Amino acid sequence: MRIGLLIPCYIDQLYPDVGIATLEILERLGLEVDFPSAQTCCGQPMSNTGCTDAARRLAERVVDIFEPFTHVVCPSGSCTAMIRLHYGDLLPDGPRLTQLQTKTYELCEFLHDVMQVKSWPFARFPVRVGLHVSCHGLRELRLGRSSETMAPRPDKVRDVLKLVDGIEMVSLERPDECCGFGGTFAVSEEAVSAVMGRDRIADHRAAGAEVLTAADMSCLMHLDGLIRRDHLPLPVMHVAQILAGRPIPVSKKSET
Amino acid sequence: MKAATLDHPELAATFTSDNERTHWHDQALWFVRAKRDRAASSIPEWEYLRELASKVKQHTIANLPELLEKFEQEATRLGARVHWARTAEEHNQIVLQLLREHHATHVVKSKSMLTEECHLNPFLERNGIEVIDTDLGERIVQLRHEPPSHIVLPAIHIKKEEVGTTFHEHLGTPAGLADPQALTEAARVHLRERFLDAEVGITGANFAVAETGGIVVCTNEGNADLGAVLPNVHIVCVGIEKLVPRLQDLAVYTRLLARSATGQPITAYTSHFHGPRPGGKLEIVLVDNGRSTLRDDEEFRDALHCIRCGACMNTCPVYRRSGGHSYQSTVPGPIGSVLSPKQAPASHQSLPFACSLCGSCTDVCPVKIPLHHQLLALRRQLADTHHVAASKRWSMSMCAWLMSYPRLFSGVGALARWSLAHLPRFVLYGRHNSWGRARELPDPPSTSFRAWYAAHRGHPSRPRPERSH
Repeated sequence: MRIGLLIPCYIDQLYPDVGIATLEILERLGLEVDFPSAQTCCGQPMSNTGCTDAARRLAERVVDIFEPFTHVVCPSGSCTAMIRLHYGDLLPDGPRLTQLQTKTYELCEFLHDVMQVKSWPFARFPVRVGLHVSCHGLRELRLGRSSETMAPRPDKVRDVLKLVDGIEMVSLERPDECCGFGGTFAVSEEAVSAVMGRDRIADHRAAGAEVLTAADMSCLMHLDGLIRRDHLPLPVMHVAQILAGRPIPVSKKSET
Repeated sequence: MKAATLDHPELAATFTSDNERTHWHDQALWFVRAKRDRAASSIPEWEYLRELASKVKQHTIANLPELLEKFEQEATRLGARVHWARTAEEHNQIVLQLLREHHATHVVKSKSMLTEECHLNPFLERNGIEVIDTDLGERIVQLRHEPPSHIVLPAIHIKKEEVGTTFHEHLGTPAGLADPQALTEAARVHLRERFLDAEVGITGANFAVAETGGIVVCTNEGNADLGAVLPNVHIVCVGIEKLVPRLQDLAVYTRLLARSATGQPITAYTSHFHGPRPGGKLEIVLVDNGRSTLRDDEEFRDALHCIRCGACMNTCPVYRRSGGHSYQSTVPGPIGSVLSPKQAPASHQSLPFACSLCGSCTDVCPVKIPLHHQLLALRRQLADTHHVAASKRWSMSMCAWLMSYPRLFSGVGALARWSLAHLPRFVLYGRHNSWGRARELPDPPSTSFRAWYAAHRGHPSRPRPERSH
């Protein structure tokens, strides 16, 4: 097993600790992990704006760069969904694409399905945690059962998190409503996006969450931006950071 | 290529500026969504039914010409007259012609999104015909000279106090009356008179059964039934996609429709019309108006499965917080954001982007239209046909170019981190920064992951992973 670590561009540049935590988790499981430094972005922002040619250019690079690996692991449901479900819209069918699509996993999915972890001795987190279920992980990768659908499914992110000693998961009024990030949507539909995010935060706070977590840092970047603007006491952590045993981050002061 | 109308983001921003109302609207629709969840969960085979409903529609759309002819044959055999309209204009002309034939000047109409789509009411009014919408919600918006904001709950955006004001002005109810039951009673009295006056009743149709030539209309108020049986003439306006092949297929949809729409096990009235009643006339207008074009489009064909339940609106986090009118489209919400830009891309170009691609609409849809994937595909079509702003396309090309060079990408990332840490707030949060209007920018870390990795895992940056073991 040779793992290629796929680190989303914004995590690489803005949230390096999420990448480090992901790497540490995989290394603790005794896996051989490499971060191919030629990688940049999966092309999702371009694809979701309809700019197919621009997206294709980046998708081709990803197929090349991750060819040598047996598995590709990514701490983002959204980027993983881009590769698995949408690269087919950009690139011609073929064994190289299919191989990449079948060997690429979101981090919790990899831990749940491939490593089949049944215990997690690497972290203790005696905290009430609100799990924000990111849409692309849920409704594209099917990491769990969406509240709209009625057929049972394993809840992969939650099941992995629950292995952490001491963790307590709060129940939300709306278990899987979108946070309103949506990539460029956050900017082009700024008004609705902000209301959506504030509503999610209010739900987590009402449920008594002390930390807000998600398997996608992009949702958390948006939610944290609102939390800090509104001076709310709700730190955010990527699921990988909890699994890697990180403490709760101390919030820095922000102005208004 | 900018359309004359306002775009969704601007109208949505206006809607959300009233925070209290936004949340009231969101809660009202979430209540319906939650009721739908309970109703759907009561059916163990729910997901099987959705799959079946999707497959039957796929078959129907594939065999549409034959099924339509079969329907015409059977409906004619039952004594109805069947008319064919290629466009909205043809539809309106046919209806007007029929009204003239029957010397009608007073018409009652039950809810029909098709006649909204064809703008039948203003057309008939221009031709001297009084049209009264008899669905309570539709009557409310008609009195207020507004379009419906939702396809099942046309007046969901209006509060009961506002209905009271409208009824006080138009129906003479006491000022300040806001009791829903009293208001409904007043509407009922007002509408009964109109039902008795009308020479013709127009209804839509939820389903048309090819095998039997029957028309099925689902309502909760019984207004379609009064409109269909009190006047002598019943005109049914129906889109050609509303067909189901056999009577037995109908059950699949009646089980899904009301549960998806309002969380009811079934609508209060599910009325079957098989030919005209004794002494009466039944006129059926089959309307294409772009449906055949959609049928020819492989990527969007499934949108014709839509049974107009409105579940995608109730579940859409954007619709709930921006209101139906922000879409400026007869059918708003996710399905409207597919249908309208397919018909008129220039005037509806912002709709496929009024979506966070959360996929809730796709999962709630009882006929499994892949709505959010269609919205994504539409974005591609709009970009390809230059309906996406050149600045956006240019900046995305720039980004892709930049991202093709890891070192350049790293350099720009470092510059961004430095800027976030050092630039004064008024520069960072200037007018250009819509992200920062409601949110803080990320706290910049001192280094990137790739720099950390190079320093701590000892592999210097390489263009390709060439390491072999």
